[in-house]
Order: sequence, then structure tokens, then C-alpha cells
Amino acid sequence: MAVSQQARPAGAAEVSRRPPARRRGRRGRAGYGFVAAYLVLLALFGVVPTLYAVWLAITNSAGQLVGLGNFTQVISDYRFVPAFENIAIYLITWLVVLVVSVVGLALMLHGRLRRASAVSRFVFYLPGALAGAASALIWMFMLDPSVSPVAWLLHDLGYSTFADTIAPQRLPVVFAIMAFWTGAGGWIVVMYGALNNIPGELLEAARIDGASALKTAWYVQVPMLRKWIAYMLILAFAAGTQLFVEPQLVGAASLGEVSDSWSPNQLAYQYAFHSNNFNDASTVSVYLLVLGLACAALVVFRSGLFEVEP
Amino acid sequence: MTAPALGRRAGRWHVASGALGRTAWVIVIAGFFVFFALPVAWLLLAPTKTDAQLVGGGPLSFGSWHDLRLAWDHVSSFEGGVIFTWLRNSAVYSFSALAITLVTAIPAGYGLALTEFIGRKTLLTITLIVMLMPGAALVLPLFLEMNAVHEVGSVWSVILPFSFFPFGVYLTYIYFSSSIPKDLLAAARLDGCSEAGVFWHVALPLARPVIALVAFFSFVGNWNNFFLPLVMLPADQAAPIQVGLNNLLASTPAFNPVAGGADLNFDRPELALTTLLAIAPILVVFLFSQRALVSGMLAGATKE
Repeated sequence: MAVSQQARPAGAAEVSRRPPARRRGRRGRAGYGFVAAYLVLLALFGVVPTLYAVWLAITNSAGQLVGLGNFTQVISDYRFVPAFENIAIYLITWLVVLVVSVVGLALMLHGRLRRASAVSRFVFYLPGALAGAASALIWMFMLDPSVSPVAWLLHDLGYSTFADTIAPQRLPVVFAIMAFWTGAGGWIVVMYGALNNIPGELLEAARIDGASALKTAWYVQVPMLRKWIAYMLILAFAAGTQLFVEPQLVGAASLGEVSDSWSPNQLAYQYAFHSNNFNDASTVSVYLLVLGLACAALVVFRSGLFEVEP
Repeated sequence: MTAPALGRRAGRWHVASGALGRTAWVIVIAGFFVFFALPVAWLLLAPTKTDAQLVGGGPLSFGSWHDLRLAWDHVSSFEGGVIFTWLRNSAVYSFSALAITLVTAIPAGYGLALTEFIGRKTLLTITLIVMLMPGAALVLPLFLEMNAVHEVGSVWSVILPFSFFPFGVYLTYIYFSSSIPKDLLAAARLDGCSEAGVFWHVALPLARPVIALVAFFSFVGNWNNFFLPLVMLPADQAAPIQVGLNNLLASTPAFNPVAGGADLNFDRPELALTTLLAIAPILVVFLFSQRALVSGMLAGATKE
């Protein structure tokens, strides 16, 4: 499709070609006209909720300013530290699996058996369509030893019931598998695209120097992917901190075995919906917002992938 | 692996790693192939079986058309057809938001790419940051905002936040700033076209590929969203299918023995069929627009 050819080399280089001298006046006002409607949505559903959450986080239920009191108070909630511990173990598992498998698979698929490679990339990518509750449900079937197509594997691991598979100490791995199933394919496609950008002469030179495929991958290709790997890790980290759907559904099916505030976002949800405590809910949300914003800003300002023209 | 058919690179692999390497390659790729495909294959077959067959039979066996029919009847009669209400809700929310997204994001991307105004660069930067920020981080703040203006429970509390789609603005921006010849716009202006006229008559007809791309991503994102409608729409009748699936868990004996009496005709084959119905629209979109989606991912993520 046309877009792929034209859109990919865009970004920094392309944009800075813009002629410096332009007529302001008429076109300046027209510019505002084009972005006006989007600007309204951005304000109402991006900026205002963020500011309102910050406001609620620094006030109490009577609307009085309490400074950072809420921030220290929610930390002392007995559910706060475990929720962040859970998410930390989950993130480490998920990010290690993600980076090793995605880079490994992209390298393996690159430049070899073109048809098989294209088919594989599509099959790996397909579960990406099934984010949300549907994919969590599918995996609950996969993890239930009574119906799972890999029941033999679960039995070999010593899990004979669904409750065994989702025992608390195994949940970070379970959620990492779910996240990998829906998310890895998209990143494989991205890495594959990045590999295509490595000049062929470079690989040729490595070959002539007698480097094996493995050595070429490690000393030539992986270093050139570094930027993309960092990009993937930061975004996957940011998304991982927000985990909600999977623990919510697995928790609902665990008959109370899994905490209803397993992840930080669930804790915020509990504050808002079960204790009607909007101030503490906002406080946890602000913690998560800061994490998400920091990651996004890191990518935008530091990665060099999104240079906005000078 | 015959060298002439696969070219030099395959030949290099052959020389460098030999049969052992190739065997390892096939095993690893096949293993991941099974990992990614097996759950989908299992789900496609599950509704054709009875619950007993799901437990006792081969996991990838086909049951019977009769059982599929039975599961379908149970699904469609469940609580007076509430599953179809959920599917319809999903369609209404997704398509309404999609329409608003297109009307706002396409002109915005054009404005950012091809017009000049004070604050343009700032707006672009903010758009990038919000686009890269995980959407779930804003859900509770959005809920609190809607709650403050007493809009929780209204369909707009879901449709309007869905419509705010910075990624669509960014895709459009990239497209317009890289693939519309500036001379074309200048020529139209010389001919006396207004700025709105240039956009409408010149830029928009050329933007069809990116409009399709924004529409796909917006639709998939909206359809799959669970967290936002969960908090905004407490009424069962207003839920989209993703939230409906969550509600169903409570009435499926296999996952919730306590509430098993709620409906004896609803068990795992029915739950699998409903899951299949929930993902069917997205699956169709993916199968028919594979190349467009992949190119969009590259545009959104691989910019050099």
C-alpha cells in the first residue's frame, strides 16, 4: 500500500524540508480552523481530566488542600506496596521475554524463506487483534487444565485445576504470557521493518570478513536495532504499569483467590468504586499518569525517533 | 532448502550453520507458530462441542453442526438476547467515535503538516506524548471528570473520549507532510481556492489511504476497549461486548460454580461462541486489511 512507502521515511528529515518563508495571515488563521475541533477534544479528554485528577489528589473530600498528604497516605495502604510489587515482577518477566523473543524472532525471520517468513509474521501478529477481555478469556480456557489443548503440559507442571494455574505466585508469568500473545507480533513486525533499514552492504562486509549468521546478528544487527529496542521497552513498560483487564477477569473467575487490587490500576478502581474515595483514586492515578507521561516524554525527547522539526 | 530458489542469503546460512542450525530454526519458528495460532484454532472449534466433549475429547477435534446450532440457540436466547444488545452497543460506540475521529483528526493532521500557526510545534509535541502514553492511565481521571459533570452512564461518556485519537492525528500529519506535493497546493491557491477549498478539493481526495488507516486503528481500539466502558456505563443493557464478556464470566458455571444456577444453558461452549462473536468483526478487519495495518504500524512506529 502506498502509505508504507511514503510514510516510513517521513519524520524528522522529511519535515525539515518545509520552506522557511511562508505567508502567515490568511493561512495562519486557517491553521487554527483545521485543528480547532481536535484541540477541543484534546482539552476536554486529555488535559482537563489530567489536571482534575491532580487537583483531587492534592485535596480531601471536603475540597481542602492537603498538599502531598494523599500521596504518603496511599503508600501506607496495605494494598499499595503489594500491587506495585506484583506489577514489578510482572514487568521484569514480560520485558525480558519480550526483548529476547522479539529480537530473536525478527532476526530469524529476516531475509530468509520469504513466504514462510511473511506467513509467520502474520500469524504472530494476528492475536494483536484480540486485545481486551476476549484475549483474557481465551487464555483462561488455555490455562484451565480440564479443557486446555495443552492440558498435558499443565498436568506435567503439576497443575490439575484452574485454581492451581492461577495461584498467586504464578500470576505475573500468566499475565506476561497473555501480554506476549497479544503484543509480541506487532513488535516483531516493527523490528523486522527496522532490520530492513540496515544497509545490505554492511551485512555483506560482515559475511566477507567471515562472520557467521550468529556473529553478524550479535555484532552488526542488534547494535543497529538498539534505538528500536529501547523504544519498545519504554512503551511496553509504560503499558505494563497500567495492567487492568487481565487481573480483573482472572480475579473474577478465581473465587476470591486473587486480590481485587492486584495491580495499581485495580487499586485505583477499588478506591473509586468500592470506597467512593475519589481523592485516593486520583492519587494512585496520578502516580500512574506520571509514570506514563515520563515514559512518553522520554521517547519523544530522548530517543531521536520523533524529532519535531527545528 | 535449495540455494538457487532462496538466493545468496539462504546459501550463507547453509554454509555458516549447517543442518543443525536449520533444524533449530524450524523448531523455534514452529514452536512460536503453535503458541500464537493454537488458542485461536481451539476457540474456532470449541463452540461445535458440548461441555463434556470439551473436557473429554481431543482439543482440536470438530464436534458437530448440531452442537454448534445448540450453542447458538443458547447464546441468542441468553437473558432475552442481551448478547446482541452488547454487540449492537459496541458497534454504535465504535462507529460513532470513528466518525467523530475522522472529522476531527484528518483536518488536524493536515493543519499540523501544511499550515503555519503559532503553537503548532507545541501541539505536535503534546499530541506525540499523549499518543505514546498508555490509554488506561487516563480512564479513572476521565471517569472522575464525567462524574463531576454528571455524565456517567450517558453514551457520550464513552463515545467522546473514544473520539479523541492523537495517533490518528499523527498518522495524518506524517502522511500529509511527506506525500502531498506542495506545488499542488500552491497551484490551487493561485487559482483562487480558499484554504478550506484547498483542503476539501485537493488534499482530501489524495488522503484516502490514510483515512482508511486511521479508521481501522480507531475502530479496533474502540471495539476492544474494556476499561473505559466498564467504569462509565454501569447498566448491563448499555455495556459493549467486551464488558459483557466480563459479566458472562459470572454466569458460567465452569468459572463460577457459585452462580451456576443463573442459567443452566450457558457453559463453556456458549462462552467460547460469544468470545468468537466478540472478536469476529476485528478478525475480519484484520484478515482483509492485513497489509494496510502492517504499513500503518510501521508508519506509527518506524519513522526514520
